[in-house]
Amino acid sequence: MPTDSKPTIFINPAKCIGCRQCEIACAVEHSQSKDLFSAIFEDPLPLPRIHILPMGAYNVPMNCRHCDGAPCVEVCPTGALYHDEDGAVMITPEKCIGCKMCAIVCPFGIPEFEALNGVMFKCDLCPDRRVEGKLPACVEACKTGALQFGTIDEIVSNVRKETAERIIRLKEGTYEEEYNGWDLFRSMYAEIIRINEGESK
Amino acid sequence: MKKYKEVSIDSTTQRMYERAQEMGIETVWERLEKQQPQCGYGLLGVCCRNCMMGPCRINPFGGEPRRGVCGADADTIVARNLLRMIAAGAAAHSDHGRHVALTLLIAAEMAEKFKKEGKPVLELDNMASNVLPYQVRDVEKLKAVAKRLGIETEGKTIRELAREVAEVALHDFGKQDEEALAFLKAYLNPKTYEIFEKAPEKAGMPWFENGILPRGIDREIVESLHRTHIGTDHDPVSILLHGLKTSLGDAWGGSLIATELQDILFGTPQVIKAEANLGVLKEDYVNIVVHGHEPVLSEKIVEAAQDPELLELAEKLGAKGINVVGMCCTGLEVLMRHGIPIAGNFLQQEMAIVTGAVEAMVVDVQCIMPATVDVARCFHTKIIDTSPLATFPGAIHIKFDERRADEIAREIVRTAVENFPNRSKQRVEIPKEKMAGYVGFSVEAILKHFGGSLKPLEEAIVEGKIKGVAGLVGCNNPKIKQDHNHIKIANELMKRDVLLIGTGCWATAAMKYGIFLPEYVDTENVGPGLREFAKEWGIPPALNMGSCVDCTRMLVLADLIARDLNVPISALPVVGSAPEAMTEKAVSIGTYFVASGITTHLGIVPPVLGGPKVVKILTQDLYDIVGAAFIVEPDPYKAAKLMYDHIMKKRKELGI
Repeated sequence: MPTDSKPTIFINPAKCIGCRQCEIACAVEHSQSKDLFSAIFEDPLPLPRIHILPMGAYNVPMNCRHCDGAPCVEVCPTGALYHDEDGAVMITPEKCIGCKMCAIVCPFGIPEFEALNGVMFKCDLCPDRRVEGKLPACVEACKTGALQFGTIDEIVSNVRKETAERIIRLKEGTYEEEYNGWDLFRSMYAEIIRINEGESK
Repeated sequence: MKKYKEVSIDSTTQRMYERAQEMGIETVWERLEKQQPQCGYGLLGVCCRNCMMGPCRINPFGGEPRRGVCGADADTIVARNLLRMIAAGAAAHSDHGRHVALTLLIAAEMAEKFKKEGKPVLELDNMASNVLPYQVRDVEKLKAVAKRLGIETEGKTIRELAREVAEVALHDFGKQDEEALAFLKAYLNPKTYEIFEKAPEKAGMPWFENGILPRGIDREIVESLHRTHIGTDHDPVSILLHGLKTSLGDAWGGSLIATELQDILFGTPQVIKAEANLGVLKEDYVNIVVHGHEPVLSEKIVEAAQDPELLELAEKLGAKGINVVGMCCTGLEVLMRHGIPIAGNFLQQEMAIVTGAVEAMVVDVQCIMPATVDVARCFHTKIIDTSPLATFPGAIHIKFDERRADEIAREIVRTAVENFPNRSKQRVEIPKEKMAGYVGFSVEAILKHFGGSLKPLEEAIVEGKIKGVAGLVGCNNPKIKQDHNHIKIANELMKRDVLLIGTGCWATAAMKYGIFLPEYVDTENVGPGLREFAKEWGIPPALNMGSCVDCTRMLVLADLIARDLNVPISALPVVGSAPEAMTEKAVSIGTYFVASGITTHLGIVPPVLGGPKVVKILTQDLYDIVGAAFIVEPDPYKAAKLMYDHIMKKRKELGI
């Protein structure tokens, strides 16, 4: 029995290499032309709804979690924020009065203020792409698997499987560190130590 | 996975791509798909990896970061990256030119040595001895080039002249004085020369040394890398001016040397009929594909394939003979000079192997996908790499050496022949389609065809029978359906009575669709004026001028017309286009076309859009600086219209 049929974007900082391709893809998806080469000439410039936060050796992709019982939806005084039929948290710009309450209550600091129109904006799970059955733009752009789209069941079972495989590889001694995200840094340092100790591969 | 019809308009490519899919072989189109979406910073050119404080990138949507760690903004980064592309393209062409110059020098030295040793060889003074691996095949051209360079030809033997020409060429690569290149001075008309001198003044940078006249081919490339080093040149204008200079070192230096000296060594192309497309591979023959860019090796392969001993071996092993075919620009070199059929352009290199009928693909340098080795693993095909500077993991290395060229070429052909019994006959499928066409339109051949001068062509242009000339250039890019834009732009221009000249993968594309047949003028794709002119002179509506390094043939042709009309090249109703550009060489070619005064269209958006100032310079300001600029337009119909409009504008300015 599925616990949740609503898919969302899952983030895996261990796999994020900080290319910020998701930011570009997001901005392009939220432009008028939906074409990179035209989008950068648009006025106003389209803005990304996902941000990569560099935290030391790690990169953390931050985007809307589209919470069930989202605090932003609950506090919105005008009803500009709502859940659509797919469960995504959406904003109707026409109803938004720019009070920023959603930003105050969001535990992740997601909703942003667009000064030009005095309204809030945030990740909307790419409604145009959802209609076409495509992945959200940021997920499609992510080449390392740091961003994944699916239901909690799918993701959790994948994580479980990957971890199980890793345990087996560790046990068999064939586990090699992944050259991704913080693993990239860890493995770089491991390699330097190996070289210094004269044990280069 | 893509449908086969989406990847190409060429039916042989379509069928072989389908076959690759059936066999589960990954090709260029799958690899492109796996790269999607491609990095937006890279596509816009706003990613800088020139120092280790980086990599840095600029937010193209106006937010932070607006500057790299060093403080470079988007325009500086974009201009620097573009300059590096130009430098790499110029380096590739020019290194090719150097290789040819060195070969000419080696040939002259060997002839001298043989003479001294008193070897009984025929006509050594003409270097037409069959003992030498390389000879001077076109004595007339050697004399003509020497004359242009101001070398005294009277009373000198051919080998002395060959040595002197080679030395002037080699001097141009490494010279350190402030003079412009000897080849540039010898070939460029004075009015355009003046524009080159004054370009920096017009760009508001009078302190720029020597205008945009290149001083040393290598020097300008090295200076490009110096300028783009962290903390050196940050003004997009001066960075781009140096880009023009570097590309001109390629145009009127490296590439020109390659073309001219190749003609001296291997013969100047003359009009000849030949065939193109994968259908030129033969079922019962040992098929050898020569692929890459340099004829120094492939000329010898062609010779070795006629060796009676090897032919006998081929027959003994069950083959009817040895069939050498070309691919990419190496293919065009042997096509132009010997009528050796060409199997295809860039995107057909994997497809040729997928036929299962190729015994060996012999590669030298440039545009050879490392993936050929992977595809070849699915068949008996051997990839043989020959250049010390292009090694392919998984390929057989047979290092080429000019001094032992005949011996090595025979070894390569023997390796292919001996591989014939490994061919699995039931896994062979060769598409039948091939097309004939007339090729070999070197400047000399064109002059000869028009009775010794370009008058007929110039008159037709002045009368308006022909509206202008468009030079179409090279490359396939899997981002565009193979050959689609090449053919559409060609047809749209010919419909408007524009005579086409072209090189590289464009030329192979055009040949595959019959555009190089005189009969093509009777199709609806050719306008009445061009039809009349082509019929009068018995030429196809488009002329194949050779490989991509031979783009200089187009420059020399434009230069001749400019001299006749006493105007700079930029005044002529001439345009350039690279409809499916892919390489850094194409960036260099496009830049030197523009710098020389030929407004040039690009069908693929180059990685510059992230720098608005750079875009403005390239598409607008260059008109004031050198009299030509870039047009970027992915739609072939719109592009042809823009190019035609430019031609008409130039006609109006000339008062014709």
